[in-house]
Amino acid sequence: MSDVTETRTRLAIPDRLGTPFSRLLGSWEVLLFGVAVVIFIANSFASPYFLNAWNLSDATFNFTEKAMIAFAMAMLVIAGEIDLSVAAMIALASTAMGAAAQMGIGTPGLVAIGIGVGLACGAINGTLVSVLKLPSIVVTIGTMSLFRGISYIVLGDQAYGKYPADFAFFGQGYVVWVFSFEFVLFIVLAIIFGVVLHATNFGRQIFVIGNNEFAARFSGIPVERIKFKLFLLTGLMSGIAAVCLTSRLGSTRPSIAQGWELEIVTMVVLGGISILGGAGTIAGVVIAAFVMGLVTFGLGLLNVPGIVMSIFVGLLLIITIALPIVARRIKHMRTR
Amino acid sequence: MNVAAPMPDEMPDQINEVEALPARGAPILEMRGISQIFPGVKALDGVSIALYPGEVTALIGENGAGKSTLVKILTGIYRPSEGEIVIDGQPVTFASAQDAIDAGVTAIHQETVLFDELTVSENIFLGHAPRTRFGLIDWKVMSARASELLRALESEIDPTIRLKDLSIAQRHLVAIARALSVEARIVIMDEPTAALSRKEIDDLFRIVEGLKKQGKAILFISHKFDEVYEIAENFVVFRDGRAVGSGRLAETPQDTIVRMMVGRDVSNIFPKVEVSIGQTVLAVENYCHPTEYRDISFALKRGEILGVYGLIGAGRSELCQALFGVSRPSSGRLVLEDQELTIRSPRDAIAAGIVYVPEERGRHGLALPMPIFQNMSLPSLARTSRSGFLKAANELALARKYAERLDLRAAALSVPVGTLSGGNQQKVVIGKWLATLPKVIILDEPTKGIDIGSKAAVHGFISELASEGLSIIMVSSELPEILGMSDRVLVMREGLSAGIFDRSQLSAETLVRAATGNA
Repeated sequence: MSDVTETRTRLAIPDRLGTPFSRLLGSWEVLLFGVAVVIFIANSFASPYFLNAWNLSDATFNFTEKAMIAFAMAMLVIAGEIDLSVAAMIALASTAMGAAAQMGIGTPGLVAIGIGVGLACGAINGTLVSVLKLPSIVVTIGTMSLFRGISYIVLGDQAYGKYPADFAFFGQGYVVWVFSFEFVLFIVLAIIFGVVLHATNFGRQIFVIGNNEFAARFSGIPVERIKFKLFLLTGLMSGIAAVCLTSRLGSTRPSIAQGWELEIVTMVVLGGISILGGAGTIAGVVIAAFVMGLVTFGLGLLNVPGIVMSIFVGLLLIITIALPIVARRIKHMRTR
Repeated sequence: MNVAAPMPDEMPDQINEVEALPARGAPILEMRGISQIFPGVKALDGVSIALYPGEVTALIGENGAGKSTLVKILTGIYRPSEGEIVIDGQPVTFASAQDAIDAGVTAIHQETVLFDELTVSENIFLGHAPRTRFGLIDWKVMSARASELLRALESEIDPTIRLKDLSIAQRHLVAIARALSVEARIVIMDEPTAALSRKEIDDLFRIVEGLKKQGKAILFISHKFDEVYEIAENFVVFRDGRAVGSGRLAETPQDTIVRMMVGRDVSNIFPKVEVSIGQTVLAVENYCHPTEYRDISFALKRGEILGVYGLIGAGRSELCQALFGVSRPSSGRLVLEDQELTIRSPRDAIAAGIVYVPEERGRHGLALPMPIFQNMSLPSLARTSRSGFLKAANELALARKYAERLDLRAAALSVPVGTLSGGNQQKVVIGKWLATLPKVIILDEPTKGIDIGSKAAVHGFISELASEGLSIIMVSSELPEILGMSDRVLVMREGLSAGIFDRSQLSAETLVRAATGNA
């Protein structure tokens, strides 16, 4: 028996093992999708208002802005880095847009400023990490305080509110029927990020860096340049998210998007991106976005206070980080 | 307490015995028929050695002869598969490193782990600090004992200063003090002189003489014959995990020991094919590095295998990494096919057609959790993809081509490289670089840590590549491999070129002499 398989493998090594279907089954993404379905059903029983197209559309606002950033964050985490300054970048970008709006700058200008501030912040993080070779977790904790600190100095306890009427479209407009601009943007970005990460040379290089930075460098991959690009991309997505969020709220306070970095990292990890780098899919992050959105919306419908939700997010983060590591350890003990 | 300490009235006897019989007391420690079997490798095969009080025994052998394995057994890190260790006539087993220390064995390693931010005395007593009645660290006693130890080593280092403020040589003394801070009668010195200057070596030897006078038994591991003859009384030569010779150094000429180290029939294991050597492909002129190597020049021809031989620390890997752009030489010229090149990064080297198969393939060569085919296609992605988009079919075809050429054994091309054996992992690294269609391939210890069968396959393949016109630089610490495979050999010693030898001049003795600096 073993002789037969031996000769067969020697004749030709198969490309892959099993069928595409068997590989999909048992993946984290499928498991997570099951969880999403269960939560969806539970929500529809928990509240009579849940199964309503407009209510569901509203629910998507719970995650679309965060998910946009989570896509870029997923790439960073796969490459072995992290950016904790994302929410602070939103605050700074929003403050800059607010100040510009007070001066009477129109919508195209505001969008350019929001995205420009995001890119500039991303470039700062990227330079500190890839040129000065500082650890990203420390760098971005620092810039997190820095960026939001500037917002607090500019605004104090004030708020900017006078945004042009047509600026409201990004956060409040609908493309068709119940599908908001934000939701459509989320879907489009999910597809773009999915393709870039999983179907391009750039995406492959991100995975290699996350799995073995030395080997990546020894294989001629420009590791530092790619890391810089990823921080820039995260800044860009934070800028775009700032435009959407500011437009949706119609005002800017320095505490805008406070604590989002935690929820975004949770979304990334829940989506099956390895916190140790090197593994994960954009599809997982998309499903995780839905799961988190559905849970917070469901809890909201049940009038659960916000502080309980933050407890929930914290627990989710710990469990999803621990789960794969504990599972691997158990498996390791079994095989020994 | 009473059990561990020797009876007072026994002490003078012991010392008398040593003094009365300077030639030989009863051995303190004996290892009898020790074997150590790792999956696929027999690192030690029935080795026996004996260490005598007040004497230094030199352990001599090539890299990979089994010296480190023996040290790890003696210090309780490995448990031998067979054989016994006898101390003072009593068989002992070391279940842990602590057991070995308790039995009186201590080791001074080439690279003892010390802590920059701790003080000298904390470094010396880390893990076995003296305690007060309340179980707290007794700082006073610790400081006093540290001073005492350092004074015994003729050093004036203040035990209260932090390690980071010391010079390299002073750190080394701290490491020795740490080793001697436990009550030890058997001291292992694993290449203690590797990082030291001549003056520091003299200081070290004075310390060793002092230890001898205290009646300690010393196992001294070194490559350098002059040092061995200077300090040791006895020798044991290891080769391929066996003890092939032992005796008194005073009665044994150096030639005999060199022959014992290398004496092996090498001609028929290595399938070196005679190749017609072509034009010069790569010329390196006066490559220098601030610390690692100086003034290295050589030319590499089409179809040629240039062996690079030298001891660990001779600067071989550093030279190769500079050729590949991982580090940069401080000066020197590199000419590839009549064009002068400056190689700033591996990217430049790959583009120019110079590739490098690193010594540590897991760390530098492969993304172990990723599939075989993705590792193979990595440096060739520009060719397998179309306008930046991956083409899995092309990647798989490329991986299949080289997997078949290299006779790779794997369940599928999509399994993670980390699941393969060492030999098959090495095939993936070699395949990955061949797929870039290089002109020059640098192989750094190409068969290190792989089983005998895969070794032969890798050697056969290297030979085949040369016959196809590829130019090969092969770094190796294994003499038979160098002798069997190379057309010419560059020998490096302490960062300098110790000569380039033609195949006609090649012999084990010549290379070992050049590498160890013995005329």
